Amino acid sequence: MTTTTIDGDVLLELRNVVKSYATGERQYVAVSDVSLTLRPGEFTCLLGPSGCGKSTLLRIITGLNRATSGTVLYRGQPVKGVNPHATIVFQTFALYPWLTVQDNVQVALKARGVESTVRVERALKLIDTVGLDGFESAYPRELSGGMRQKVGFARAMAVEPELLCLDEPFSALDVLSAEALRGELMELWLNKAIPTKAILMVTHNIEEAVLMADRIVVMSKDPGRILTEFKVTLRHPRNRKDTAFQAEVDKVYAAVAGKKLINVNGELPQRKLPHARLNALAGLLEKLALEDGRADLKKLGSALHFELDDLLPLVEAGELLGFLSPEDGALVLTQLGRTYAEASILARKELLAGRVLRMPLINWIYDTLQRDDTRSTARSYFLDQLEGEFGDRAEKQLDIAISWARHAELFAYNDNTGELYLEE
Amino acid sequence: MRRFRFSPALIQPPAFTLGDGLIILGIAAALYLGARLAFHSPAVVHGPEISLSPLALPWYTLLSVGRMTAAYFLSLLFSLVYGYAAARNRDARMVLMPLLDILQSVPILSFLPVVLLSLTAILPQSLAAELAAIVLIFTSQAWNMTFSFYQSMTTIPMELREAAAIFRLDAWARFKTLELPFAAIGLLWNSMMSWSGGWFFLMAAEIFRVGTRDFRLPGLGSYLQAAANEGDLRAVFAGLVTLILVIVLLDQFLWRPLTAWTDKFKVEMVEAERPPTSWFAHALSRSWLVDQFGQRVWNPFSEWVDDKLRQPLSGHIASPELAPDNRRSFLVAGVWVAFILLVLYGAYRAVEVLTTLPKDVWRQLGFGLLATCARVAVALIITLLWTVPVGVLIGTNRRLANVLQPIVQVIAAVPATALFPIVLLALLHLPGGLNIAAIVLMLMGTQWYLLFNVIAGASAIPQDLRLTTELLQLSRVDRWRTLILPALFPFIITGSITAGGGAWNASIVAEHVEFGGRTFSTSGIGAIIAQATGTGDYALLLAGTLALVLAVVAINRLFWQRLYRVAEERYRLD
Repeated sequence: MTTTTIDGDVLLELRNVVKSYATGERQYVAVSDVSLTLRPGEFTCLLGPSGCGKSTLLRIITGLNRATSGTVLYRGQPVKGVNPHATIVFQTFALYPWLTVQDNVQVALKARGVESTVRVERALKLIDTVGLDGFESAYPRELSGGMRQKVGFARAMAVEPELLCLDEPFSALDVLSAEALRGELMELWLNKAIPTKAILMVTHNIEEAVLMADRIVVMSKDPGRILTEFKVTLRHPRNRKDTAFQAEVDKVYAAVAGKKLINVNGELPQRKLPHARLNALAGLLEKLALEDGRADLKKLGSALHFELDDLLPLVEAGELLGFLSPEDGALVLTQLGRTYAEASILARKELLAGRVLRMPLINWIYDTLQRDDTRSTARSYFLDQLEGEFGDRAEKQLDIAISWARHAELFAYNDNTGELYLEE
Repeated sequence: MRRFRFSPALIQPPAFTLGDGLIILGIAAALYLGARLAFHSPAVVHGPEISLSPLALPWYTLLSVGRMTAAYFLSLLFSLVYGYAAARNRDARMVLMPLLDILQSVPILSFLPVVLLSLTAILPQSLAAELAAIVLIFTSQAWNMTFSFYQSMTTIPMELREAAAIFRLDAWARFKTLELPFAAIGLLWNSMMSWSGGWFFLMAAEIFRVGTRDFRLPGLGSYLQAAANEGDLRAVFAGLVTLILVIVLLDQFLWRPLTAWTDKFKVEMVEAERPPTSWFAHALSRSWLVDQFGQRVWNPFSEWVDDKLRQPLSGHIASPELAPDNRRSFLVAGVWVAFILLVLYGAYRAVEVLTTLPKDVWRQLGFGLLATCARVAVALIITLLWTVPVGVLIGTNRRLANVLQPIVQVIAAVPATALFPIVLLALLHLPGGLNIAAIVLMLMGTQWYLLFNVIAGASAIPQDLRLTTELLQLSRVDRWRTLILPALFPFIITGSITAGGGAWNASIVAEHVEFGGRTFSTSGIGAIIAQATGTGDYALLLAGTLALVLAVVAINRLFWQRLYRVAEERYRLD
């Protein structure tokens, strides 16, 4: 817990911010009780898996969205409407495709009432600063992804924000462009070439966070909340190959992926199924078996070309099914998992059927189907029942349940009749 | 990639809601109020003298194009305001969208008599007819444009909206830099559809005449009609050539350049393989005059407009959320209550008028509906029989498409109603001549929608599916059954919905005609409405129009929309 003090040195402060959406009678909490303070000179990263509310938080900070409850203070004043001192660099660039590079930058200046001659001068200078000299009259679609994001940065810097918010700005770029652009941003920031006072970046990429940030705020989902916080004190420029750097990454990895789902009694804490494909899980288990039953989560991710966002649901699924367990940023294959990885296709199905049936959601559907005379029941029935528990995520949950059950040959779904039915 | 079908998009509401009932009551009320006004319309309306001299043609052409232009700008303005309101206000949307859905499925021409009669009651005759024509064209053009704009407004990517808010664009700047550009391509596409549809209604309005009431307007349509009436084939030819010339010129100098220009408003971040081109737009873009105009007149002007509009709007930063506020003021509620009361009163009076009709009339109306329905069905079946094979042939054969498509486009652009007098001249002396002529008019007006849809559908069949079918060496029958028909199904349905609507429209002008000094009539709902207009039987006019509207809305809801849903769910290829 950080103690909240109001002094001149605080740029932005969130106190007990909650954001929830109501769908029908259900309430879905996107952000739960978040308190956070940003100070001038800080480069802060919000890190977490998709769906943890980090982008929502960014939108609350900039005033694009309103918090359901809690306080958002900017320089001690409550934020009302869009915060004029903050801007965002968007994941998908959000450039207007019908405007040239120069016009895209100028639009932001014009909206602030900057006079037309000054506008042109400043836009050209910024385009030059980000290294797009000569592309002023090009349209965004003529540029590569990296160049487009440079326009995004130029536009954001044009309004000289105190707080620069970055919403996964490098995740839509190819590896090389992303790395180059990260370097260029860090250069501008560290040399104080831009009047920005603080940067807040949302990302799900751990290495990226360790590479750039002074401070990493780790969030977790369901509901989205702050899990823990790290200070990164490595000197710039940071080198990914450094042992100190790697140690830092491992530390953060363990915090993000190391938590256990199943408590001591072996009870399943949740009925919700993670969004994972079971054949991908099979691949993961095989890989683990090859690594002698234990592998570093981070190395596994890069070996399988999985982003953390793809990997975490698989880990969750594997843990729920009892095939693996996470330990301090590493994955350990259980005895069951080893048996599964080494079994034949038929044996795998049988093993899987037993494990999948332990999922409360699937078990309930299976039970219902078995009690039915025709051994089939309308999909809408299950959907109605699930909506009470999962709200607008009910459909997704049902789809996952069907996909898992199909894998285990328990039950399946007929699109023509709209019914779920037991496999013979 | 956004793909357009040659048909208005359908919203998918639940089968029938309270809102629908209210809207139908509203239409009944509006019709009643119109008919009520019409009581005072003069019994004899004198039409214009139509000169068959070729020298009169330029003037007539100008008049016709002028009406089209006026109606088009009215439609454009309407669609921007209506679409904007529906997209940004949740309360408004609840009413506006179902209303739009019904309006776009109602046979527009059925309103023509009521509108004409009520306007002649309060305005000088020529002005009334002019206004009625413009209103009629407007009602044929506005809905799909509005729907397109609404759809664009609601599909703007969230991040673009958020960028507009974060960079503090006010409502005008956002409209100019984000909303209008984003909607431009869809709006233009629908404008072209609306414009060519508008010809059909313009011609119908220009030639409308029943009994002693001659509502004709001087224009290309009435010129063609007068020429056919007198059997003056030279004048018919001159009129047709002029009409086609106008259509081709507009295409070359207006629509094509606009299409080429709006290509820059697409959102896709990849260059199109074959972007639309126009020699005229190309020439303009290199012109010194245009360049100077842009620099010296247009840019300062738009800067000035921005400045003027920023003053009153400063501080109001547009919220990125589409429907941010949901507060209702008492004033708004009051207006709604008053409006609903008015609707209920009108509907009540309408019902009152309807109850004065003898029972026999209802049977007559039912029979008329059936007869017209049969004609529509025959026209649709004939259309399907020829357009599906021909469309597949053109759609799957690039070389054939290159040759045939431009020709078909020109032929399709000639409004069927313009040709109707000529069809009458050729067919009226045959036994059952008007019956055949009515079906021919429906055919001519509707077959192109289907043909274009089938072509679009056939050319959208993925190459790999086609090759697989070939590798499997399926027989011709199996190939049609497993690949071509399922792939075409959604396109056939959307085409048929538009085509069916057009055919119902045609019945108003086709089932009752005055030709060569004589009156011809065949049984059908269109004939009943036309006769009621001529004799001034307002109760029957009201009943007929309402019956037609209800029948078409019911057919759309109960038949077409179900098929459409099946098509969307089961047979979509993407």
